[in-house]
Amino acid sequence: MSYLPYAVAAWICLVGLAGVATSRNLVHLAVCLTVMQSSTYVLLLSVGYVAGGRAPIFKGAKPGAKAVDPVVQALTLTDVVVSVAVVALILALALDAHRLAGTVDPDGLADVHG
Amino acid sequence: MSWLPPLLVALPLLSAAAIAGGQRVTPRPLQDVVAVAAAVAATALSFLLLWQVGAREVVDWFGGWRPRGGVAVGVDFAVGPLAAGMCCAIGLVVALALVYSLAFLPGAGRPFQALLLVTLAAMDGFAMSGDLFNLFVWLELAGTAAYALTGFQVERLGPVQGAVNFAITNSVGGYLLAFGIALLYARTGALNLAAIGRVLAGKPAGGLVVAALTVVLCGFLVKGAVVPFHLWAADAYAVAPAPVCAVFGGVMTDIGLLGVARLYWTSFAGLVHGQTLGEVLLWLGIVSALLGGAMAFLQRHLKRLLAYSVVCHIGIMLAGIGLLEASALAGSELLFLAHALLTAGLFFVTGVLQADHGSVDELRLRGRGGRLLGLAWLGGSLGLTGAPYLGLYLGHGLLDEGASALGRPWAPALLWLGSALSGAALLRAGARIFLGWGAGRDPLLADALEEEPPGRAAGRRLLVTVAAVAVAGGLAISLVPGLGQRAAYAAARFRDRGAYAAAVLRGTPLRAPPRLPVSIEHTTLEGVLSACGATLAAAALALLALGRRRLPQALSTAAARTLGPPVRVLHAAHSGVVGDYVTWVAVGTAVTGAAWSVLLRGG
Repeated sequence: MSYLPYAVAAWICLVGLAGVATSRNLVHLAVCLTVMQSSTYVLLLSVGYVAGGRAPIFKGAKPGAKAVDPVVQALTLTDVVVSVAVVALILALALDAHRLAGTVDPDGLADVHG
Repeated sequence: MSWLPPLLVALPLLSAAAIAGGQRVTPRPLQDVVAVAAAVAATALSFLLLWQVGAREVVDWFGGWRPRGGVAVGVDFAVGPLAAGMCCAIGLVVALALVYSLAFLPGAGRPFQALLLVTLAAMDGFAMSGDLFNLFVWLELAGTAAYALTGFQVERLGPVQGAVNFAITNSVGGYLLAFGIALLYARTGALNLAAIGRVLAGKPAGGLVVAALTVVLCGFLVKGAVVPFHLWAADAYAVAPAPVCAVFGGVMTDIGLLGVARLYWTSFAGLVHGQTLGEVLLWLGIVSALLGGAMAFLQRHLKRLLAYSVVCHIGIMLAGIGLLEASALAGSELLFLAHALLTAGLFFVTGVLQADHGSVDELRLRGRGGRLLGLAWLGGSLGLTGAPYLGLYLGHGLLDEGASALGRPWAPALLWLGSALSGAALLRAGARIFLGWGAGRDPLLADALEEEPPGRAAGRRLLVTVAAVAVAGGLAISLVPGLGQRAAYAAARFRDRGAYAAAVLRGTPLRAPPRLPVSIEHTTLEGVLSACGATLAAAALALLALGRRRLPQALSTAAARTLGPPVRVLHAAHSGVVGDYVTWVAVGTAVTGAAWSVLLRGG
């Protein structure tokens, strides 16, 4: 078993997080958030991977045939749906921010603080 | 087998769909009736569920996929008295908020009511879920609806900023949670909480488990607005409409704490040195209570003040969980119930002030409040301070007992201070607004904010009634006969990992519950004294803040010189910029994880 997929997942997560923390543009920030989320896809798929396993479609397969874990694929799909809803909302808010303040820089929105 | 748990989620979700999709079909009055009726029905079903779970764990496997030979193959709802009680409070607060918004936001219409019902369904689903991944899904569903509700009035910039900060910080928290879930699944091969607990029990926590539990618990703490993950809370609450704030502050933030407690007692408690998790939670709670209290004291915007008061009380509840003691957990339950209703009530009062005067600024509202509203505010403030036999009193009493039993009397003392500070903030604001005391300027407080547009409330009487009902209900929690004993029983059930796992995975019936007396829970003399002390300290601090000018010149200059710099640091840290918030989340997660990795390996 290789540790590489896990290292890649951790790296994508941290890079996405750094992007979210330093972004100066809400659209860019939404993309960084998606990057961060993608790390969970990589992680989930590598968790469920079985060397030499086939896709988890059992119709016509011999009982006991080696297959990758279908649970993580279902989780990944759910994760994608959740992420799409959140990103759509943030992009809609970015549009509103641009309409109201003429900027999509989060620093430029800092109207409320303290 | 019970139909109640799935119904509790399906009913509000279907009603929300009917409301959102019935654009041309249902006339407005019918739509209002459907929305309120759905929330009231969900509340009634929660109470029915609470009665059902009295002697057994109500477990429902989706689609009938029951465990085979003790191995969970499906996804379940597993409800005990604690979760059912939480559902009751959630339903009650959302129902009140829906009734309130009929008069407060008459033009808000379909999406607003549909979103509130979706949050209701998602919070109930979260409270009842026995599956780790479903916890994440419910949390994200509640979150997404909540972001939309925050940015509901997008005609001004404030709501956009609040919603952006809220959505991004909470999404980062959600993704941390998802990452941790994947790690836990990798380690244990299970998503069912009881099954995860069975695999981890009796084992030392390796690096993978420490990393997994750190990101999972920190994900919940972001949702729970615990310091230093709390920075989004005040921005979101400041701009959301008052009834939405009531739902956020009253019940939605607390959901994160339920996640922490649920994960600990079902999954992590069995780890070698697992009890050291509580150590860090206790300290996070204490810091939240103190910082939340101090920040509340420095606000002039009433909704932000209430938001920090929520942070303070969330901290106290988290400390009650972190003590890992039965009585302290029961205390946290009672704190949650009273806090939900009282906070909702105070947000409702704030909404009436906004509708009347077009402002929620303490200084601008000086001397402009009405008498009945003032009474409701006073009741809410005293209840949240935990004055003897009011509101949070009984919860504090049980928490203190738990801490003393563990030989940690210093913990309640620190929490006491935070609670007195936030109580002082509430009393000061009340005295300034409703009695006209104090000066019209105060340099220590945060800057003024953009004003809210004056409300167009259709029925002021309805607004005041809802506020009064919420406050009265919250105040009465400490005096409900038998509630204290039942909270203790619920806590004992919640903490019994073995019985929970057996009930979920093998369908083993629980031991028959003891006969619980129906009497007002006994509290100790120390409890009464400590409550009196907190109330007096809060009142004294409030008076001091209002009458600073009457102090001798030398004293007030010295005070300003010592308090000025830390106050400026606090204001500056809450910068309103989302990048800073995410950085704090990352730092908080790293520090918490480092602490746990030392403690869990036998430190």
